[in-house]
Amino acid sequence: MPRDFNPKVITANALLEGDVVYLTIDDRWSRNLSDAEVLTDEADADLRLLQAQARASEVVGVYLTDVRTTSRGPEPIHFREDFRRRGPSNLFHGKQADTLRRA
Amino acid sequence: MYQYNDFDADFIRERNRQFRAQVERRIDGSLTEDEFRPLRLMNGLYLQLHAYMLRVAIPYGSLDPAKLRQLAYLAERWDKGYGHFTTRTNIQFNWPKLRDVPDMLDALAEVEMHAIQTSGNTIRNVTSDHFAGAAADELEDPRPVAELIRQWSTDHPEFQFLPRKFKIAVIASENDRAVMKSHDIGLRIVDREGARGFQVWVGGGMGRTPMVAKLLRDFLPRAELLPYLEAVLATYNLIGRRDNKYKARIKITVHENGLDEIRALVEAEFPRRRAAFAGVDQDWLARINAAFVTPRLAERDASPYYAARRADPVFRAWTDTNVTTHKHADYGIVTISLKAYGATPGDASASQMRLVADLAERFGQKDIRVSHAQNLVLPHVALADVPAVHAALREAGTANIGLASDIIACPGMDYCALATARSIPVAQGIALRLEELKIEHEVGHLQIKISGCINACGHHHVGHIGILGLDRAGVENYQITLGGDPSATTTIGTRTGPGFAYDEIVPAIERLILTYLDLRDGPEETFLEAYNRLGMAPFKSALYEHADRAYAAE
Repeated sequence: MPRDFNPKVITANALLEGDVVYLTIDDRWSRNLSDAEVLTDEADADLRLLQAQARASEVVGVYLTDVRTTSRGPEPIHFREDFRRRGPSNLFHGKQADTLRRA
Repeated sequence: MYQYNDFDADFIRERNRQFRAQVERRIDGSLTEDEFRPLRLMNGLYLQLHAYMLRVAIPYGSLDPAKLRQLAYLAERWDKGYGHFTTRTNIQFNWPKLRDVPDMLDALAEVEMHAIQTSGNTIRNVTSDHFAGAAADELEDPRPVAELIRQWSTDHPEFQFLPRKFKIAVIASENDRAVMKSHDIGLRIVDREGARGFQVWVGGGMGRTPMVAKLLRDFLPRAELLPYLEAVLATYNLIGRRDNKYKARIKITVHENGLDEIRALVEAEFPRRRAAFAGVDQDWLARINAAFVTPRLAERDASPYYAARRADPVFRAWTDTNVTTHKHADYGIVTISLKAYGATPGDASASQMRLVADLAERFGQKDIRVSHAQNLVLPHVALADVPAVHAALREAGTANIGLASDIIACPGMDYCALATARSIPVAQGIALRLEELKIEHEVGHLQIKISGCINACGHHHVGHIGILGLDRAGVENYQITLGGDPSATTTIGTRTGPGFAYDEIVPAIERLILTYLDLRDGPEETFLEAYNRLGMAPFKSALYEHADRAYAAE
């Protein structure tokens, strides 16, 4: 029996700003995890990873990371990814502040 | 302070020009990330969790007002208004944009600063005693020697691709305020039978395999320093392991080969190296020495200082912890805490940096130091001026140097890509709890050090209480070590047992401190002394034989 494949998203850092970004289904890089394409098939995830890695002029350090799917969209499983999504916990900088500015 | 000559200025200008072109080529796609990464790291540019990070070298932790003001300018112009001073006395900017970094480096060059060799397997920033030139117990100011080593090691062609990074510290007193024995090479300036030279220690380090440095040479004549360092580095470069990153530091080379074997290899190489030096280095050292003249300190009536101490208990408490004896009786060494309760250890805002620069200019002989404990120091302040300095500091005048809330903490998982857990909120939580309990002045000297991963940038191995943050099955978990000692009697702490969850670590540290207060042999016995007398048992009991022990997890 094939082992279960945990849902994943593709993440990286933007080349120019260093911001954490996620690959969307229409091949954009979004700052919001909620926009990310959730990959539920291993072969599909591997292919999307290769495609993402080819975009070296846009991003750095592309990788797949586990998520859980919720009604609000994908949520990080590991706390490291939660910090990457949100920003540091000691100062209101990074994503959390950017989200506020956009609101 | 050393001032760049034309060669230095041209060198930095050329390196910055090269890096600007490299950034442009990365952005236009001519360079891949694999090609660009080593180039950016050679210039101190990391990619961290949320953004790029620029690590700027502060040689031996020495700054002047112009440099500190320029760092404030960088923080405001290209970052988020602050910088983070590190345990290697560097400063890190956490939010630069790639396109801006060449401009940041040009701005640094205006004040004779750069970010070269703040990364990579090279000789890193040379550190020293943050009280250098002011300490009552030093033989001489160790910074000229540190500057000589900096010049020799910068862009040294033979040592750009060592097996691993290499850190050197220089001190000139019995007291070790630079954690010298935790460096790849530690140098202590000593006198032997009327001659001045160096004690050479090798193979110290923290990280996953902490080691206290071993004595390689009890006395090295002063003039032979650079050829001897070259002999050590060349030996390491040749036999240091490159097959395993975790066994590549010289501490492992010394451990695996034995100190005697390393000494024999170094001594065999040494004559060849010495023959290649024609004495030019000593001429340079003489010039550097001339640039490091200790400021001429006029006699000043110190009575206003003592009057203020008598009149103002807040001032007295601050001077008890933050003012250290200077070699000149009318002066004091003022340490400015970057550890306000609840603040991020080592962070300074642009306005704080400008305030310290102003104080150094008005009262401090234009001299500023960064300590490895992540504080700023005004090494030469007339005691009569200390009340004015304290008044100007206002909220920046936290009276906690050497106390339990003067915590060293690495950036941890709030910023660092290598971290396995957070450090900063743990430090903030401990400091806020201590402030709530109002016990830290009663507790006295206690050094708590926190690292967010096994690389130990937060020096947890040598903390009286050390805390190491780990990832245990996807959950932050904190191991505690006790009995570490960063001073001249350098000791690696001992692990207490199973680690604690994030929400349990602050109460656990509180139990340790309260246990110490219960068991100490009077207020004169420090935490470390009490631990050394009592051993682990009572502290272990306080940690684990507790109602909340169910939270503890291996």
